[in-house]
Amino acid sequence: MPFAGTRPPARRPRWKRLDPEEVRGIRLLSPTFLYTLAFLVGPVLLVVAYSFWTQTYLTFDHTFTLENYRVALTEPIYRDLLMRSLYISFIVSLVTVIFAYPIAYYISFHGGSRKSLLLFLITIPFWTGYLLRVMAWKVILGYKGVLNTGLIGLGIVDKPLESLLFSSTAVIITLIHAWAVFAILPIYVSLEKLDRSLLEAATDLGDGPVRRFLRVTLPLSMPGIIGALLIVMIPTVGDFVTPKLVGGTEGQMIANAIQIQFGKASNWPLGSALTITTMMIVTLMAGASVLVLRSLVRWMR
Amino acid sequence: MTLLRKAGASWLPIYAGLYLLFLYLPVLLLPVFSVNASAIPVFPLKGLTFDWYRSLAGNDALINALWNSLLVGVASALLATVLGICAARAITRYRFRGRRPMTAVIMAPLFLPEIIIAISLLMVAMQLGLGLSLILVIFGHVLICLPYSATVLISGFEGFDPSFEEASADLGETAFGTLTRVTLPILMPAIISSLLVSFTISLDEFIIAFFLSGSEPTLPIYIWGQLRFPAKLPGVLALGTLMLLASLLLLTFAEMLRRRAAKRTQLDGGFHA
Amino acid sequence: MLDTVSAASKPMIEISGLRKSFGNFEALKSISLNVQEGEFFSLLGPSGCGKTTLLRLLAGFGEQTAGTIAIDGQDMTGRPANRRPTNMVFQSYAIFPHMNVEENVGYGLKRLKLDRQEEQRRVREALDRVELGALGKRRANELSGGQRQRVALARALVMRPKVLLLDEPLSALDKKLREQMQVELRHLQKAVGITFILVTHDQYEALALSDRVAIMFDGQVAQVGTPKDIYQNPVSRKVADFLGGMNFVDAEIAEENGVSLTLDAAGFGRVRAPKPQGYQSMGRQITLGIRPERLRVLWDDDQAEHQIGGQVIDRHYFGEVTQLIVEIPGFKAPLAVTETNDFGADDIPVGSAIRLAYDPDALVAMND
Repeated sequence: MPFAGTRPPARRPRWKRLDPEEVRGIRLLSPTFLYTLAFLVGPVLLVVAYSFWTQTYLTFDHTFTLENYRVALTEPIYRDLLMRSLYISFIVSLVTVIFAYPIAYYISFHGGSRKSLLLFLITIPFWTGYLLRVMAWKVILGYKGVLNTGLIGLGIVDKPLESLLFSSTAVIITLIHAWAVFAILPIYVSLEKLDRSLLEAATDLGDGPVRRFLRVTLPLSMPGIIGALLIVMIPTVGDFVTPKLVGGTEGQMIANAIQIQFGKASNWPLGSALTITTMMIVTLMAGASVLVLRSLVRWMR
Repeated sequence: MTLLRKAGASWLPIYAGLYLLFLYLPVLLLPVFSVNASAIPVFPLKGLTFDWYRSLAGNDALINALWNSLLVGVASALLATVLGICAARAITRYRFRGRRPMTAVIMAPLFLPEIIIAISLLMVAMQLGLGLSLILVIFGHVLICLPYSATVLISGFEGFDPSFEEASADLGETAFGTLTRVTLPILMPAIISSLLVSFTISLDEFIIAFFLSGSEPTLPIYIWGQLRFPAKLPGVLALGTLMLLASLLLLTFAEMLRRRAAKRTQLDGGFHA
Repeated sequence: MLDTVSAASKPMIEISGLRKSFGNFEALKSISLNVQEGEFFSLLGPSGCGKTTLLRLLAGFGEQTAGTIAIDGQDMTGRPANRRPTNMVFQSYAIFPHMNVEENVGYGLKRLKLDRQEEQRRVREALDRVELGALGKRRANELSGGQRQRVALARALVMRPKVLLLDEPLSALDKKLREQMQVELRHLQKAVGITFILVTHDQYEALALSDRVAIMFDGQVAQVGTPKDIYQNPVSRKVADFLGGMNFVDAEIAEENGVSLTLDAAGFGRVRAPKPQGYQSMGRQITLGIRPERLRVLWDDDQAEHQIGGQVIDRHYFGEVTQLIVEIPGFKAPLAVTETNDFGADDIPVGSAIRLAYDPDALVAMND
């Protein structure tokens, strides 16, 4: 059969070369995408803009200034709150991920037919309401709380421990409890994706269980670990309910200061600058953690 | 080597058990103290009472907050699910440039502190001269529900064979008929599951509602207000227990639907060469 | 194009100059084909050759870039799938999971607004035809692979299409069931008399089922013909290779006339072979081919008019046949010979000298 009649299609500009399938896909995704642009990206950009402005009582001065950032970074009160928030979110994410890994591993490798039931069991406490969970910890950690009365009852201490409630520790414990699921699920997903024959291959090539775990399982589940770390670290830095309810004065975090700027103090530009600063620094911290984790894995191999 | 494995195998279930205990114990304290005869939540328990539950009935502020929460929950769930359907369908059905970055933007609220979403919406509302209202809360809730709704729907849509719709068209059905006779019935479990999950998230959400609800409190805002008064704690615990039960029912239902859907599409998709 | 279907039949499908591109990728490069009414026609080729794209264009899924398709004399351009006189059996079968077998089969009839009894009668008839009469109330996920395939067939046939399109309908079945379904498919087509277009990558399936086969490579039709014709007279090495084993021998053109070539090939001497379809002179070199089963082992003192001698260098046992690899002096590559085992071909020792008989008519000249 002759094919001499075929000509190559004329060159068109790159953006016009979308085939109808692509156009349909983009068109279908765009309502959701545009919604997120309008209600998330746009507003966040406004926050960025405000952070460069100044406010006197109810009027805004729209001239560009870095004054808010100077205050946010150098005023001892904000610096201390920021440092504490970073410290808390770092410890919380680290501990949560370390505690979560064996659970995810257990469900993925030994869960058998009960996998989805176990996952469901793990997720239930997470759905019980954020305020209620924080409140439960208040009941546990209080001066006359469940933990103290229990310890006294068992004769381990003779008078209630005062440091339990209203401290950074209380905030950390509560957050670790609250964010457990968010760490388990990403790690579980990455372990599920791991091809089991790779483990057999590693054993076949002479690796014992420990070496095999360090050289195959752990590196290949790293995307899940990183996902878990980010999903816990970044949001916890901005929590203000937990510190307010169980943190006391010693356990306050940056979000409490931010909330005050948008409430009583009514200094939006400063609140915005605090927010942006916190976001930038926590993102840097998360990025650094990811780099450290990656190089750790490379070194172990 | 086998010794080590055995040690690991017996150590892991114990650890898993302890971990579940750590997850559940605090939560289980709520129902325990909600029927305790003392106003102070400490052991030993003082005796059984349902007074705290009785005190909830007839509380107008509470009923009002409940209605607000239901309204916000239903609206957020509907909107998040409609947007989630668009996204899930686009992502599972089509391959196009920009798919990954666009998906990442939709998933972004999962990786952001809620306080940012709350204050940024607050500032936009003020900038535009809009008053605070439940509508703003709904917009915010849709944002944080979307990653969950999209995830649920994507996993539900993934098993959906595009040939189902082609077969329907091939048998003479119009696009609309295909939607109502084939697409929606098959995807319904995932859609309902997304509605339930979104509703539950919205019902429990505090921070966004705190900044944006203005003078129309939702249930968590009402509870927050009550927490200032230690005497009201048992009532809050009773309310919390009821909310816990409601969440549990909804989620069990959502999970059952999700599994039914998975089973259906799995078995059907299982014959590809 | 070789047309062996009787002159009385009329073309059911006329495809001319059909092209389809996806972005910069040309899936179909100018296809022209005719399919007769009542014909069982196969589109055969490796994956990615465009056969499924062509089938989907016939069904109305996607719009062609250029060219036309006419079905029963009517131009199909711009007509959507739901208004075409075609029905399709999908590769995945696409049995609606939320409906039982009867509801699946009756799906398309609902739009025809038949009265209930007529509708039920037609569903029944279609189910009986594919021998699923007893399973009407079963759900899709309670059916085996073979049963799903039958439901898909019944669901399409109940619409009484002018053309039934089948997209690799047997590829999901295991070997035994596949062979059984091949026989049933052939019987079914003869019984209903509808034009069938089958897409497959399995050459045996295409050869066993079809009245005619079109072999496709890279979005082009390489050859169209009856199974016997394309198997025995492949136009090119590619076609020959795809349809099964073929020995290739270099030959030189000695003489050429309108229809045939006279060739010189080492070992075979001077042979005459018809010109392959689409022959274009490309110098004096040409490839000659012979199928392994067209070479026959000569036992003891047997003689044949045309024979060739060599040495067995390898032997592969396949149960009912044995393949011998025979080195022929002066040949670039050894010849493969397939011999049935009833005379003991499986006992010929490797290394023994052997003589092979051949029919000069079995030698085919091919384009490269």
